[in-house]
Amino acid sequence: MNLELTDEQSFLRDAAREALSRVKTVAAAREALEDPAALPDLWPTAREAGWAGLLVSEDNGGAGLSAFEAMLVMAEAGRVLAGIELLGHLPASSLLDAAGDSRVAAVAEGDLRACFVAAQPPGDLERRWTVEPPSGSVRVDAPVLASDGTLRGRVAWVPDAPGADVFVVVATSADGEPVAVAVDADDVSVERAVRYDATRSLGHVSFEGAAGVLLEGVGAPELARAWFLAQSLLAAESLGAVETALAVSVAYAKERFTFGRAIGSYQAVKHSLVEVLRLRENTYALLLYAGWAYMDKPDEFALAASAARSSAGHALDYASRAMISVHGGIGATWEHDAPLFFRRAQLSRRLLGGVGDATDRVASELLSAA
Amino acid sequence: MDLNDTPEQVHYRAKVRAWLHEHKDEAPAAQGEDDAAYVQARRAWQGKLATAGLAGVTWPVELGGQGLGPIEHVIVGQEIVRAGVPDILDVIGVGMLGPTIIAHGSAEQKNRYLGPMLHGDEVWCQLFSEPAAGSDLAAVQARAVLQDDGSWRLSGQKVWTTNAHFAAHGLLLARTDADVPKHKGLTMFIVPMDAAGITIRGLRQISGEAEFNEVFFDDVRLDADAVVGGVGNGWGTALTTLMFERLTIGLGSESLGYQAERYAAAIATDEHARLDPEVRRRLGELCVQLLAVKFTGYRMLSALQQGQIPGPEAGLAKVTTVRAAIDAGDLIADVLGPDALDAESEWAYMISFLPGLKSAGGTEEILRNTIGERVLGLPPEPRLDKGIPFSELRAKERAGVAAT
Ligand SMILES: Cc1cc2nc3c(=O)[nH]c(=O)nc-3n(C[C@H](O)[C@H](O)[C@H](O)COP(=O)(O)OP(=O)(O)OC[C@H]3O[C@@H](n4cnc5c(N)ncnc54)[C@H](O)[C@@H]3O)c2cc1C
Repeated sequence: MNLELTDEQSFLRDAAREALSRVKTVAAAREALEDPAALPDLWPTAREAGWAGLLVSEDNGGAGLSAFEAMLVMAEAGRVLAGIELLGHLPASSLLDAAGDSRVAAVAEGDLRACFVAAQPPGDLERRWTVEPPSGSVRVDAPVLASDGTLRGRVAWVPDAPGADVFVVVATSADGEPVAVAVDADDVSVERAVRYDATRSLGHVSFEGAAGVLLEGVGAPELARAWFLAQSLLAAESLGAVETALAVSVAYAKERFTFGRAIGSYQAVKHSLVEVLRLRENTYALLLYAGWAYMDKPDEFALAASAARSSAGHALDYASRAMISVHGGIGATWEHDAPLFFRRAQLSRRLLGGVGDATDRVASELLSAA
Repeated sequence: MDLNDTPEQVHYRAKVRAWLHEHKDEAPAAQGEDDAAYVQARRAWQGKLATAGLAGVTWPVELGGQGLGPIEHVIVGQEIVRAGVPDILDVIGVGMLGPTIIAHGSAEQKNRYLGPMLHGDEVWCQLFSEPAAGSDLAAVQARAVLQDDGSWRLSGQKVWTTNAHFAAHGLLLARTDADVPKHKGLTMFIVPMDAAGITIRGLRQISGEAEFNEVFFDDVRLDADAVVGGVGNGWGTALTTLMFERLTIGLGSESLGYQAERYAAAIATDEHARLDPEVRRRLGELCVQLLAVKFTGYRMLSALQQGQIPGPEAGLAKVTTVRAAIDAGDLIADVLGPDALDAESEWAYMISFLPGLKSAGGTEEILRNTIGERVLGLPPEPRLDKGIPFSELRAKERAGVAAT
């Protein structure tokens, strides 16, 4: 057994940290709330670093790495609230790779940016493949691929949809089977839906008779795996944000004095920061589980990724609130970074089925196995 | 990242599994009556495990152990759970006190005590906590006074002593010098539990069982060679025990039976509950925590294998385990109703045991203090006992209580 990072993994992580440190991403996150144009385009950074092809096999021009390496990069992005379009791109790239699609080399290069239009796989209660509704709690059917090869449907809150070149859409075929369909940007209408967290690029996408290319050899297991891959990437991104929130809060707790003592010496403050650490450790352990299951225990990947997502969503919510409280009044002001982490937490928790669905999936997997 | 067994580990696991398969009919029930016959059966079973090399896996070979690593220790634990047989009886001795003697004891002590401990011939107990010294362990008052002939006279009281009622020996932390600050004047002793002047009284717990005790010492004579780790070094010796306590708890959550799969199975039998969104949310949340603890345990193992000693953050796994198991007991009782609380139920003992487990091995508050200070580097609270001789400190505490 060895759960330490390999040299290659440490190198990947450090390189990502270094590359992202050259851009003032956190300051940009604040400016972009008022002026979306202030958001730096980090796709060139991703291309240069080779992240676009991280999950594409070497035969198809990628780096042939695994989910855990992708999580390490996502954690670095989350650490500095960098908006890189990897959450949409990476699962899509792995499906294009599995299907040997003709665009895969360009996608691995980053010349084409892909977007995964995800659908949640059925569970023990919900038997359909479902997608996010524009509002409300009732999930809707995934888009439908008609027998003439045209795609119809609408999916709300799709990460990284604006500006993507190719969409990999989870749909159901005329006979009800789940399929993956590649659609060019020209055939997709995307309504930009950037909101509470300006670093999170989101779009409502609709297909009105779009011409889709069916991805061969990609069925329910691969589509479920892509969904849970997205869950673990989102979890990893949250982990990075938790680590920053903790570090900034701990530093402040050491230097802010009240009643003649550093506030970090008060148990109410100390215990709450240790709670952040506890949630961080739990989440990291579950990301290891997800990374391992992705490679070696495919039957457990749904459980592991959902557990990681659930843990991470809760951890970031708690960490960002603790960050605000520990900073007192400053923590609640626009100029401080804490609100940016809070915004990140609140929006992230509600994407891709939300933390609630991930938690339910953990129960569902365990109950079904019992 | 590699969580799979190496070929050697596969081989070792197969060997362990085969032995357990062949001998499992000789094992007593995993849970039994709280009586002498059951304890005797568990001791005999520990002897068989030890002879087969399935106890003291990480102990050095020359001291009767297997000289193997923490991974093999965990493999044995997993296989024991899988076989549905009980583990060794004396986890406190073999997991915590034996390793302390291995680290700090004399050659004579190792020769005399470790073999019978490993085989369950002599069970051990941990005589640390006192009525006025639990979290603040360095405040122990049990007093050992050196005699002219080099022997010691021990008086005082210990409490919450698990297994004292059938232990042959105890490892006891006593004050040998009250005129120095409290961490300095302590010494660790080996105490024969049948010595004249010792009285053991069982303390019943929430479940009704009496697994721990209060132990009184009235001018008990201890030989000069009862000292472990040197006079005045008791605190350092105690820290070794506490480090092994963290390890035992950290690597033992699977064998404690606090497992996501087990709780899910309990809910799954109720056709209505398993579809109820609120039940599923609660089950999901607590299972997320237990899965995290399982993989935190693997992280700890992996670090041990690279030769690192787990730091205080290992205590977070205990906090998580206890909380999640409490939530599980709560959920199961909500689903099953009052039946879950009946003495015959599979859950009643666990539900009654867990509130106390929050305190055992360091309370949650103390763990959070320690981790906040040692891991996050947050400043400690101001202390009123620093650098003050213990005798003065006691006088101040008494005056403080009198003044209120
Ligand atoms: C099931 C069980 C088995 C045990 N077995 C053994 C055994 O075999 N051998 C042995 O020696 N001991 C044993 N113990 C004792 C255990 O180690 C102590 O109960 C524990 O260390 C707490 O000490 P205490 O009971 O004196 O509580 P106290 O220290 O009096 O604590 C009371 C409360 O005050 C809080 N508190 C205390 N100090 C602080 C502080 N600085 N900051 C914040 N909160 C604080 C605590 O968290 C707790 O909530 C056992 C306990 C249990 C429950």
